[in-house]
Amino acid sequence: MDILKFITAGSVDDGKSTLIGRLLYDSDAILADQLEALHASNRKNDDGTIDLAILTDGLKAEREQGITIDVAYKYFETDKRKFIIADAPGHIQYTRNMVTGASNADLAIILIDARKGVVEQTTRHSFLVSLLQIPKVVIAINKMDMVDYSEEIFNSIVTDYKKIAVKLNIADVTFIPVSALKGDNIVYSSTAISWYKGDSLLHHLENVEINRDNLSTHARLPVQWVVRPQTDELHDYRGYAGRVSSGSFKVNDKVTVLPSGFTSTISKIELYDTQPAEALAGMSVTVHLQDNIDISRGDIIVNSAGEPQLSSVIEADLCWMDTRGLDTSLTYLVQHNTKTVRCKIREVLHKVNINTLEKDFDEDFKLNDIGRVVIKTAEPLAFDPYQENKANGGAIIIDSRTNVTVGALMLRQSVE
Amino acid sequence: MSTNRLDYLDELEAEAIYILREVAGQFEKPALLFSGGKDSITLVHLALKAFRPGKFPFPLVHIDTGHNFEETIQYRDEMIARIGEKLIVGHVQDSIDEGKVIEQKGKNASRNALQTVTLLDTIAKNGFDACIGGARRDEEKARAKERIFSVRDEFGQWDPKRQRPELWNIYNGKIHKGENVRVFPISNWTELDVWNYIRRENIPLPTIYFAHQRDCITRNGQLMAASPFLNMDEDDVVERRNVRFRTVGDMTCTAAVESYAFEIDDIINEIAESKISERGARMDDKVSEAAMEERKKGGYF
Repeated sequence: MDILKFITAGSVDDGKSTLIGRLLYDSDAILADQLEALHASNRKNDDGTIDLAILTDGLKAEREQGITIDVAYKYFETDKRKFIIADAPGHIQYTRNMVTGASNADLAIILIDARKGVVEQTTRHSFLVSLLQIPKVVIAINKMDMVDYSEEIFNSIVTDYKKIAVKLNIADVTFIPVSALKGDNIVYSSTAISWYKGDSLLHHLENVEINRDNLSTHARLPVQWVVRPQTDELHDYRGYAGRVSSGSFKVNDKVTVLPSGFTSTISKIELYDTQPAEALAGMSVTVHLQDNIDISRGDIIVNSAGEPQLSSVIEADLCWMDTRGLDTSLTYLVQHNTKTVRCKIREVLHKVNINTLEKDFDEDFKLNDIGRVVIKTAEPLAFDPYQENKANGGAIIIDSRTNVTVGALMLRQSVE
Repeated sequence: MSTNRLDYLDELEAEAIYILREVAGQFEKPALLFSGGKDSITLVHLALKAFRPGKFPFPLVHIDTGHNFEETIQYRDEMIARIGEKLIVGHVQDSIDEGKVIEQKGKNASRNALQTVTLLDTIAKNGFDACIGGARRDEEKARAKERIFSVRDEFGQWDPKRQRPELWNIYNGKIHKGENVRVFPISNWTELDVWNYIRRENIPLPTIYFAHQRDCITRNGQLMAASPFLNMDEDDVVERRNVRFRTVGDMTCTAAVESYAFEIDDIINEIAESKISERGARMDDKVSEAAMEERKKGGYF
């Protein structure tokens, strides 16, 4: 059994919290004491049924305002899969929260209100899904009960959405007509929507295939920690500990250590008291090399047959996440894998109006702004373009005055 | 169904090991908070996987309320002897003796709330810049929004509105002097995941997790272990019951559940079928809907 991580994009008005609540409620993921609290709450739907949205409200401020401010994580499982939901807010002022939730998602559910169709926010959410390279997209057309379960309305929304998908290069889209309030096509197939022959949302989530990049030529192991017991019996033990971020390594693979460029061969792979033949993407292991070379935290071990780019002048997409705007005269820190170095944002190429997808040449980068920049780092980064290898193409910017994470970078290419 | 992805327990394990190694790599003086409960026992096992054959790059820290289950302390001492790592104990009794906290009175008196002060004192005294804990996001609504690296100010406070964005698997551990970070490597595990992992890895546990006979009283609808630490009066009826504990905390606030689960398989079946969440058996969360959020803001784990 594997784990599927997904994000839900939409606003309170689209019934996003109700959709998650319904998914949890109908798949029996709510325990008795939580259910008791749910029934005891005085928030009810208009028809007197319990308001399932309460299940996803976490913080006091959110309960008071009735909105989702932060990303909340929810867990449930079926016989087929385990699920982690990142419930992120949908309003434009919380774009950074959605970017955060999207960064680890295998799949995105974008909600569209059947009464309203494709709106500005749909474009925005789809742009973020495409920017963050979430591999699979489900368009849940919600509130079908409010449009008499009309197939015609559903089809016209599908046609409209496909135009956006083409524009944003979103290849893998599944459309499902649902009513979160009534429970149609969430867990159980709907009898009211007999014209729809596809899977219910849960059934789709259980069966959708999500592949991991295990190509050996993409093998990347950022070194986190060097294990050196330095005891009498393990005097020469020197293991490089880290998590394979993409690709896979085998014993005898020729590898290169970056940024130094030294090459060697993998002599042993360890996972505590076992020695797996292969270290696959996602595994935390300790590797040993045949040659004694100087490697420390911040270095990356890669397959020599497929080296990443090594550069200190890099074009990247940037999402700004701080209330203090970007200052191109300041020196920031960039954290990429296990390496943290000083950097400057040398140039703002353009911003993107994320509601209309038009370029914007205003250089003022403020909270929630997204655009393309050129960064200059104090030491070269060994990266892959984010669009080709997410795991080695994402980085964060830290304001060294406040230590806060202020930006997310999707690295594109060396422009040295 | 895809075949090239890791099994969920391997995935969760790999993520937790990665987080533990990030702590080792990013901080000067980390510590692992050890309560004697199954979650922190799991953390110790994960630390073995992350750092052996080397030593842990941090000590274990136990905040001792003095109202522990005897079995927990016994387990702790045996485990420390087995793994050969350093243990630091912070005593709530010391905080009481130093006048930093005042013992509660009355029927529901508990030292549970007092341990926050002892914890913060222990952090300050030892200069810890990161404390690893076994909290999970599925335990409670406020925890569902907490980061894996959660920055605390010098008062140990968590500010839910000022959390750092946490993207991909990049954890920002940069802090100012006086601040520290709470790190939760098993954030993404559920209660059942922890139990399945304990079974798979054959991790020994304190005996109170398994069904046994014990003198109990019923308080606010919950079964509490009768002990000298619990203020009892003539209304309290002591009964011998078959029970086990789902969490291990202070004796005055950890409720038992009636159980005949003598083996780990029985426990996993019981939880899979159970309709009460784990924190539902903690009286300290019962106070109000926002109880946990308030306590976290105050520096509680």
